[in-house]
Amino acid sequence: MLAVAACHQTGVLDPQGPIGAAEQLLLINSTGIMLVVVVPVIVATLAFAFWYRSSNARASHDPDWAYQGGIEFVVWSIPALVVILLGGVNWIGSHQLDPDQPIAAKAKPLRVDVVALDWKWLFIYPDQGIAAVNQLVVPAGTPVSFRLTSATVMNSFFVPQLGSQIYTMPGMTTRLHLLADNSGDYPGISANFSGDGFSDMRFIVKAEPPANFVAWVAQVRASGSALDDAGYAQLAKPSEAVPPTTYRAVAPQMFDHIVSQTVSDPPNAHASRAWCPPAHAGG
Amino acid sequence: MLGRLSWAAIPFDEPIPLIAAGVVGLVILAVLGWIVMKGWWPYLWREWLTSVDHKRIGVMYVTLALVMLVRGYSDAIMMRSQQAVAIGGARGYLPPSHYDQIFSAHGTIMIFLVAMPFVVGLMNFVVPLQLGVRDVAFPVLNSVSFWLTAAAALLINASLVIGNFARTGWMAYPPLSELTFSPDVGVDYYLWSLQISGIGTLLAGINMVTTILKMRAPGMFYFRMPVFCWTALATNMLIVAAFPILTATFAMLLLDRYLGMHFFTNAGGGNMMMYVNLFWAWGHPEVYILILPAFGVFSEVIATFSGKALFGYRSMVLATLAICVLSFMVWLHHFFTMGAGADVNSFFGIMSMVIAVPTGVKVFNWLFTLFHGRVVFKTPVLWSIGFMVTFVLGGMTGVLLAVPPVDFVLHNSVFLVAHFHNVIIGGVLFGAMAAYNYWFPKAFGFTLDERLGKASFWCWFFGFYFAFMPLYVLGLEGMTRRLEHIADPSWRPLLLVAEFGAILIFFGILFQALQLYVSIRTRESRRDLTGDPWNGRTLEWATSSPPPPYNFAVMPEVRSIDAFWEMKATGRIAPEPRYEAIEVPRNSPTGFIIAFFAVLVGFSLIWRIWWIVILALVAIAIVVLAFGWSENREQEIPGAEIARLERARLGLGPGE
Repeated sequence: MLAVAACHQTGVLDPQGPIGAAEQLLLINSTGIMLVVVVPVIVATLAFAFWYRSSNARASHDPDWAYQGGIEFVVWSIPALVVILLGGVNWIGSHQLDPDQPIAAKAKPLRVDVVALDWKWLFIYPDQGIAAVNQLVVPAGTPVSFRLTSATVMNSFFVPQLGSQIYTMPGMTTRLHLLADNSGDYPGISANFSGDGFSDMRFIVKAEPPANFVAWVAQVRASGSALDDAGYAQLAKPSEAVPPTTYRAVAPQMFDHIVSQTVSDPPNAHASRAWCPPAHAGG
Repeated sequence: MLGRLSWAAIPFDEPIPLIAAGVVGLVILAVLGWIVMKGWWPYLWREWLTSVDHKRIGVMYVTLALVMLVRGYSDAIMMRSQQAVAIGGARGYLPPSHYDQIFSAHGTIMIFLVAMPFVVGLMNFVVPLQLGVRDVAFPVLNSVSFWLTAAAALLINASLVIGNFARTGWMAYPPLSELTFSPDVGVDYYLWSLQISGIGTLLAGINMVTTILKMRAPGMFYFRMPVFCWTALATNMLIVAAFPILTATFAMLLLDRYLGMHFFTNAGGGNMMMYVNLFWAWGHPEVYILILPAFGVFSEVIATFSGKALFGYRSMVLATLAICVLSFMVWLHHFFTMGAGADVNSFFGIMSMVIAVPTGVKVFNWLFTLFHGRVVFKTPVLWSIGFMVTFVLGGMTGVLLAVPPVDFVLHNSVFLVAHFHNVIIGGVLFGAMAAYNYWFPKAFGFTLDERLGKASFWCWFFGFYFAFMPLYVLGLEGMTRRLEHIADPSWRPLLLVAEFGAILIFFGILFQALQLYVSIRTRESRRDLTGDPWNGRTLEWATSSPPPPYNFAVMPEVRSIDAFWEMKATGRIAPEPRYEAIEVPRNSPTGFIIAFFAVLVGFSLIWRIWWIVILALVAIAIVVLAFGWSENREQEIPGAEIARLERARLGLGPGE
């Protein structure tokens, strides 16, 4: 299976940052540890079944052999030992790769606030005062510190090549830290089904050299429209396969407003949709 | 008058569900017409629909599961075909509004209406026979349980033509499943159907736990029970403990949807995380509810066809009970990505791994049961060996997903989809098929065709590998589940391989159907008059095939594990006893009538036709009360009649 994947590496097996790389290593190590037991079990199953076939006169037969303490002991010990080993890996890995935990790096982290909408992603850069839809430009080699929420249903923010995904949930904030080692374009998706437009809820992460990132921020600030409350209300309406766009400015505290607003008064268009006959093709 | 129901509910603009429903409708009408024409209706009503015999009910459960398997498979092949063509710019043949219903229905039907009725049916048929008793503790309740499950099946399939099904995935997570985001009747179909089947399952669980705890043949101590009975006990205890959680959770979601409450809504202080926790507090035990009986089946099949006692009986029992308890402590591994923090995540991750210990012990014990055996490669053995090979792979990917940071990159991907199909097909379905081939002769008195049975196995086996190994790889490449169309064209080859696997599985199902057909046509030549075609070890093989309504003319006396084997080995055949009269429960239409009204209640709740809801509920109350006050629920089979039946079976001449 891994051999097949090796000829065409993308996604999880082609990590482009420390989080993804550590997770890939954990995946491979855990698989390796288990294969040590799994492969012999599969081979033994086939071998025993074949050798003890009823037509094999050379095979021994002992119809009453149903217990042997030593074997029982070994049989409980093998999986127990594997699990003790993997349990340690599990504990250490979970703590080292807690999505909440900042990434140690020389560069000061870039803060990005993520909002899942029907069916697109809004990225707010609170320190730069700009925002973008369905594209996330970040400086390579700089940790990115995310706060995430949803203004609609649950989604999951996931860039397979960078590592850890995390749910975005309405009225709640989750946290995630990622880092792209090298510049490049990395596809991002929603990894939790969220309705009819889900398949196109994709975005692109553009990791740029830091100087290019600064230039990009300046360019965004100089063009396009600002994201104010009215603009956000418009954006929050369901739409599919939205092309990447940017906003030169964003209303202050917008992320916090979205988190609290979703709880008190869902801003999206669904709320006003009264019940109508069952929606078939195209809804 | 009719609530929300109107002609707009029929999808005249969608050919696929209409044609499908049309074909299904025609088939049902044809079958019903045939039954009427042949004059079989009274027989069907008397001997099956109103039967409270645990064997008949078990057979009906399994029949329901097999029919629903075809429905669930149709959904599966439509999904695979959509994903095989809707790549790059292409959009395939299913719009999202339809595709989303299909994957939701596939999951719901396969779990609740295929896997559940299959294992419940097997336990119903086998457990009383293995325990050496004459019926379950509450025979009429058993019939109610079955018919409620059938009612749910009818309701879910009605959504194909009247209205639509949920478009939320089979877990129906809020807020997507709340009225705000799913205003149509789809989620209501999902919720009410599962509430009805959930009540049926809970009642079945109570019934089976009582049966195992209170009704065993003389000498059948706990540690002499066949392992299948142990797994049935564990499973039914899990049902009793877990299903109320599901019912309560769905009740809260229904209150949100019908009465504007705020348990899981975004607004008003609701919290969807609570639903997710509660859903999986039922959902993870549910996994073991399905797999434990399958483990029991493999224990019986491997021991029987190796001509050997099961290796490590006590270990097996201990492992079963350990899994039963641990299954309640792992639910959070279904959502490590919710951000619970490292301590919580790794606790649940490690607990999930701990379950692999008793499971691993079971695999080793089966392995050592083969050791020193004389393995006869009948169809059930192929399913069992196929299971052992396949299931350890599924177990391995399961343990992998129990490592939270690994889950962070594989959660909700098609790797996860491959994993749970790996354990559900490779475990539950292979177990169900092994059991079907193994116990069929007991149920009907003739064996199934071996050649077609084996053909079916190989198609399923390779079909599974072709269909799901590519998904493991695609999951690693970052493909998430439930995509209606796929952006990355480089995934096409593997998706085509998966499609090929799904087609192979179609042939598996086809051979299964052919096997049944051919076996029925040639049944005279494949009769089993001994009642013990496989040289069995447990008590179900001690009676005739099919067993008489009373199962055992004389209660068997149990002296060891593998009671029947011991009887055969020691030649302990009782001299012909004096046959005494046996009381058996009388048939009762209670279950069928309650289920009829339950369909009405569910349907009118879905469409908000309140007056029918009230009338049907009153009708159910009347039926229950009428049953409660009825007398004469049992009938006596006279000793002379039993003597006649038994002497005929044993090939003795008519008695004095």
